[in-house]
Amino acid sequence: MIFEAIAELIAERNDCDVSEITPESKFADLGIDSLDTVEMVMELEEKIDMEIELDRKLETVGELVEYIESLKAE
Amino acid sequence: MKGKIALITGGSRGIGAAVTKKLASLGADVAVIYAGNAEKAEEVCAFCRETYGVRAASYRCDVSDFAAAKETVAAVKKEFGTVHILVNNAGVTRDGLAGTMKEADFDRVLDVNLKGAFNMIRHCYGMFLKNREGAIVNISSVAGIMGNAGQVNYSASKAGLIGLTKSVARELAARNVTCNAVAPGFIATDMTGGLSENAEKLSASVPLGRMGTPEDVADAVAFLASSGYITGEVLKVDGGIAM
Repeated sequence: MIFEAIAELIAERNDCDVSEITPESKFADLGIDSLDTVEMVMELEEKIDMEIELDRKLETVGELVEYIESLKAE
Repeated sequence: MKGKIALITGGSRGIGAAVTKKLASLGADVAVIYAGNAEKAEEVCAFCRETYGVRAASYRCDVSDFAAAKETVAAVKKEFGTVHILVNNAGVTRDGLAGTMKEADFDRVLDVNLKGAFNMIRHCYGMFLKNREGAIVNISSVAGIMGNAGQVNYSASKAGLIGLTKSVARELAARNVTCNAVAPGFIATDMTGGLSENAEKLSASVPLGRMGTPEDVADAVAFLASSGYITGEVLKVDGGIAM
């Protein structure tokens, strides 16, 4: 569910199809820099109604999903 | 600045009140953050509403408190929708020679003046990213440029603000958000009221021969807040003290 939420945000942003986003997709390859990541995480916070303290650098969509799931498990 | 929303910390008196009124006079809606004096803050807001017909509201907050700053920014966002202009003006002094200064006095000045500005920027960051425009103006001081005997804490906090200003300017430049600092010299406010016996002596050390007014500083803040192509700059408003 988190992956779908992120994929939707990226697809909207990049005006591409959700199916093009995979857990292996690198943010850099998607044209998403560190500021974009911060902005996206903030949008995600609203979308899934959860606070996300982004305290590390993440390279792929899958890493972000994993990180948020680990926060949820806490 | 019509339709722009400005958030000013330490906005109930002195330089902050002058900045609030100046931005309101240019058409900006103003959110005033104050630490203690609710009556003064409301007075400034009422003046802005009545004189300039803008929206104005005041919020009590100790900006040095990360969580409180977060709550206050959320309250401003709820009321006004967003923030386009952030003026980090809240500041305190606890003067004393370095050899006798209490640890608490050093910490307090750094916490309010430097960390307070960080806290506000931190919690407004998302809005600046999203808006893809905006201006941050931090009120530094010539003490942060030249140093000042008896003000290790204050001058360190104000020098720190210059570094913070330039880093934020670099971070947010890609989003069309500017970040600048104003460095006032001797300005006649409550903060320098304790120096009033020295006013004449102080004025003599100013090339322009007088203390500055809060309005002198407010003009510089308004200029930087409306200039889209100046960022990472430190603008002295000091009558020539630090040239």
